[in-house]
Amino acid sequence: MTAVVAPAFPAPARRLGLRGGLRNTFTLTWRSVLKIRTNMEDLFGLLLQPIMYLLLFTYVFGGALAGGTHSYLQFSLPGILVLSVVFATLGTGMMLNQDITTGVFDRFRSLPIARWAPLAGAVLGDMIRYMTSVAVTLGFGMILGFRITASPLSAAAGCLLVLAFALAMCWFSALIGLMVKSAQGVQWFGFLVMFPLVFGSNLLVKTATMSGWLQAFVKVNPMTYLTEAERGLLTGGPAATPALRSLLWALGIFIVFAPLAVRVYRRKT
Amino acid sequence: MRYDATSANAIEAAGLIKRFGKTTALAGVDLVAREGRVLGVLGPNGAGKTTAVRILATLLRPDGGQARVCGYDVLRNAYQVRQLIGLTGQYASMDEGLSGTNNLIMIGRLLGLPRAQARARAAELLGRFELTDAAARTVKTYSGGMRRRLDLAASLVGRPRVLFLDEPTTGLDPRSRTDVWAMIRGLVADGVTVLLTTQYLDEADQLAHDIVVIDRGQVIATGTPDELKARTGGQVLLVAPSDPARLGEVATLLEALAGAEVVTDAGTDVVSAPVADKALLPRVVRELDDRGIELAEFTLRKPSLDEVFFTLTGHRAEDEDTQTRELEDTSR
Repeated sequence: MTAVVAPAFPAPARRLGLRGGLRNTFTLTWRSVLKIRTNMEDLFGLLLQPIMYLLLFTYVFGGALAGGTHSYLQFSLPGILVLSVVFATLGTGMMLNQDITTGVFDRFRSLPIARWAPLAGAVLGDMIRYMTSVAVTLGFGMILGFRITASPLSAAAGCLLVLAFALAMCWFSALIGLMVKSAQGVQWFGFLVMFPLVFGSNLLVKTATMSGWLQAFVKVNPMTYLTEAERGLLTGGPAATPALRSLLWALGIFIVFAPLAVRVYRRKT
Repeated sequence: MRYDATSANAIEAAGLIKRFGKTTALAGVDLVAREGRVLGVLGPNGAGKTTAVRILATLLRPDGGQARVCGYDVLRNAYQVRQLIGLTGQYASMDEGLSGTNNLIMIGRLLGLPRAQARARAAELLGRFELTDAAARTVKTYSGGMRRRLDLAASLVGRPRVLFLDEPTTGLDPRSRTDVWAMIRGLVADGVTVLLTTQYLDEADQLAHDIVVIDRGQVIATGTPDELKARTGGQVLLVAPSDPARLGEVATLLEALAGAEVVTDAGTDVVSAPVADKALLPRVVRELDDRGIELAEFTLRKPSLDEVFFTLTGHRAEDEDTQTRELEDTSR
């Protein structure tokens, strides 16, 4: 008898819809969050970094820069908020890099999942890291005596603004993570680019105290706009213009680096 | 081409070409894996085995040629192929920061299993691979053998029809190796088609129904293990005279008796000759004794991959692995 053998397995699906892709993304977000929870070093870093910055800057610089720790805390906390979150974006690049070098990405690519899900999952998972960072900075700052003097709505807007900026910056970090050979490379790059960017601003000191050429740089640095906006939104004062400029910067960074990162990622896959 | 239920080949590749810069990793490779069988891809480091697997598993685009898995083109129907395959490689690995259980649950969820089912499947596989005790620990703390077993478990979450195992036992101790072999046999008994790459002749011999020997990106021999062994002379006889001065004499004698080319190692003063027929041994001993040649060593062993290569290609297998791997990394 020459009967056709029936296939023992169902025929595979032809394509994965958007819903499937989103489900993949959420699974990978769950993975990122789980990693934060199970990895003690990561958790410590995430929680302790803002605390360390607050303690050091407030008590070491406070007296010298503002003549008192309380008045300096009111001035510096918005800046430390920006600093903590911007440095936290380096984690995105480091994790992507680690996934590539350890072969986790190859495992994902051999699975029938949306091509963009690993990247989207990583970024979404990192948003949760940034939120933690914001919460710790504000919470511990308040324990030290920081007071939000603007309206709660305005403060909430401040938190959203810094998160939006982080969402843009993490694409830059992702691009670096996809391009360099090792996680150390991401750290070096972060040190060489992020450090001057973060500290070459009015984040911790007033612009007026700096020399002329430095002021010129500080005045065009997006970190300066973001810090000014945060000061306005958390402790009162003009916020609309610097907030708008920060958003435009965030948009610009996103428009440039997100497609670049996706392109490099696709070429790798 | 659509999936054809009557097709007996789970993997078909024709004329696969892949270049990394100036290096040609694959120079036109053909291979076929029959449904429900084990195809052993044998070759030294850098022969192109991993590149071939990466192409077949949709991780790498070939520069030329085509390949199908269960009738689906690896380029045009990559999404379908990914639903049918499982991959365990030296590279495709687990998340170090997650527990064994969570790694498997993640893969189950990515494959679309509901939460409870993903959890059940993870527990089932961890049990099957004797990892239940370590299930809650992060993979970071696993030994090499445990990682390999978890890797294998991960590639089985989706119940693949075709399994790619890229050097599944390299670097494992003999016991773990035998364990992995037993697991592979179990999978084949369940009807899974396996493509296995290996550097070890005995591994291919133990597991594979068909063998493809690759060297420098080209297929240099295909056949069943028995066919290949017949071509390489089965075993190797090592003879070392007590007096190194008589090495040449021994070599000439062995060549005449074995009727095959022998290799003289001047460093260790040993002559090695392929032996197809064990009846040859008493004759060799007699002839050596007749000439009054005293022996320091007289050993019979299975041919190493080096010797298979020597017989098949006339040149030694060279270690090009790190070089090719680096080239692949930089061009990716």
